[in-house]
Amino acid sequence: MQKRKLTRTLIPWLPPIALLVVWQISGDLGWYPQRILPTPVSVLKAGYTLLTSGELARHLAISFQRALLGFLIGGVLGLTLGVWTGASRIAESLIDSTIQMLRTIPHLALIPLVILWFGVGETAKVFLVALGVLFPVYLNTHYGIRSVDPGLIEMGKVYGLGRWQLFRQILLPGAMPAILDGVRFALGVMWQTLIIAETIAATSGIGYLAMNAREFLRTDIVILSIVLYALLGKGADSTARLLEKRFLQWHHAYASAPPVALPGETS
Amino acid sequence: MTNGVTVETCRVQRNFGRNVVLRQLDFSILSGEFVAVVGRSGCGKSTLLRLLAGLDLPDSGDVLIQGEALTGICPWARIMFQDGRLLPWKRVGENVGLGLPNADRGRITDLLNSVGLAHRIDDWPGVLSGGQKQRVALARALAAQPRLLLLDEPLGSLDALTRVDMQNLIESLWRRSGATAVLITHDVEEAVALADRVVLLADGQVAKEWLIDLPRPRRRTNPVFTKLVQRIDRSVRGLDERAANHEFSSSIVVRETLRVD
Repeated sequence: MQKRKLTRTLIPWLPPIALLVVWQISGDLGWYPQRILPTPVSVLKAGYTLLTSGELARHLAISFQRALLGFLIGGVLGLTLGVWTGASRIAESLIDSTIQMLRTIPHLALIPLVILWFGVGETAKVFLVALGVLFPVYLNTHYGIRSVDPGLIEMGKVYGLGRWQLFRQILLPGAMPAILDGVRFALGVMWQTLIIAETIAATSGIGYLAMNAREFLRTDIVILSIVLYALLGKGADSTARLLEKRFLQWHHAYASAPPVALPGETS
Repeated sequence: MTNGVTVETCRVQRNFGRNVVLRQLDFSILSGEFVAVVGRSGCGKSTLLRLLAGLDLPDSGDVLIQGEALTGICPWARIMFQDGRLLPWKRVGENVGLGLPNADRGRITDLLNSVGLAHRIDDWPGVLSGGQKQRVALARALAAQPRLLLLDEPLGSLDALTRVDMQNLIESLWRRSGATAVLITHDVEEAVALADRVVLLADGQVAKEWLIDLPRPRRRTNPVFTKLVQRIDRSVRGLDERAANHEFSSSIVVRETLRVD
């Protein structure tokens, strides 16, 4: 049993490791020029140099800060609006169709406008991330609140729960699986938006690091940046899964099942 | 000793669109009485229960609880639903404590003990069987010591054996609580086993009622018991046929009383 479990944990790692080995060896043998594709070891070396100089930490920190701030602003707004339109028919008819309309605009199409408004400063990036995060969180929250079993709400009323208690004990936990789906999707949008925004208009951050390296033909640093994005994305996804484990203990589907396919479109 | 409330409906009318569900219903329940309401689907039983809980308001007429007209959720009433309606994201103990602002663990353990499930206090409802879920729902319904206990086909989805166990449990806990109880059911035998009075609802009115004057707890093998079940069952079915033929006149109210000496 133990052995089989170990094998199953190791198996998914085999293809990437094999790929890295082939990549390294063929590079060492000179099958392709280093300038086009540096070997994994030289990418690691570049990473080490940037790490010791403190440059990597600086870029990472600033990217993180933008991502987090944008996510918080967009997430809180999306959650609030979603709860509001989910719980109140009047709010829904007032603002839902407007939000649905705005949602169809790809938020990255706003980059020229955002640069005109905010320049290339922090506000522009945070604004774009917040905008990208807002819609998936809003949609899933709205849908989640709407899909709470009306029978449970009715039960809560008979059992003497007031409005706030109904929300806290029934509506919010009932909507939580959908909200967390939205959060997970929004985390993906968050990185994508940030990468593009930093690539186009920034003087710091990972995206800038990559663009700057391109100018100096430092392919190793470009690849390093791409790997960093992969790691950050994976980290965000793991965080979302941790949240699901924490908040959805009761949902046996989440205890051991593979991740559910995420709704919505990719931007 | 009675902790119950009196319940009265005064010319209660409830329409859904052009469909009259309750027609000038006059009906009253004594404090501490156990009334079972039977009738074919769509006869207005569930609507009546919702009106008694204050979840729905009549189009005209009044529902009087302890002599006062209801204008919203009745604070003394608790419903036990057919589908249990436990919150899947709260553990069994938290479900029982719902709507009990200062419930401590000892009180909740006592409540769960009364339905034989104290050892499941920290489980998720999702891992319980159908019968266990309904026992938790019963403990939750009784937690706040309601003066009006409304049972909305609570055993409808359970198997026959579990049902009889649950009926005995409901009867003993109801007797201990002294609350007024209203049971909606399709199962005539269940109605006769539990109720002081069985009411047949048809076409939005009380069509017939029977006082069940059998000693408790009731033995289902008792010949009077089986005779009553057959008689009420015939009435429910007879009405079915006649209603289907559009020959049934709802204005006749028959009152039958069967006593054992």
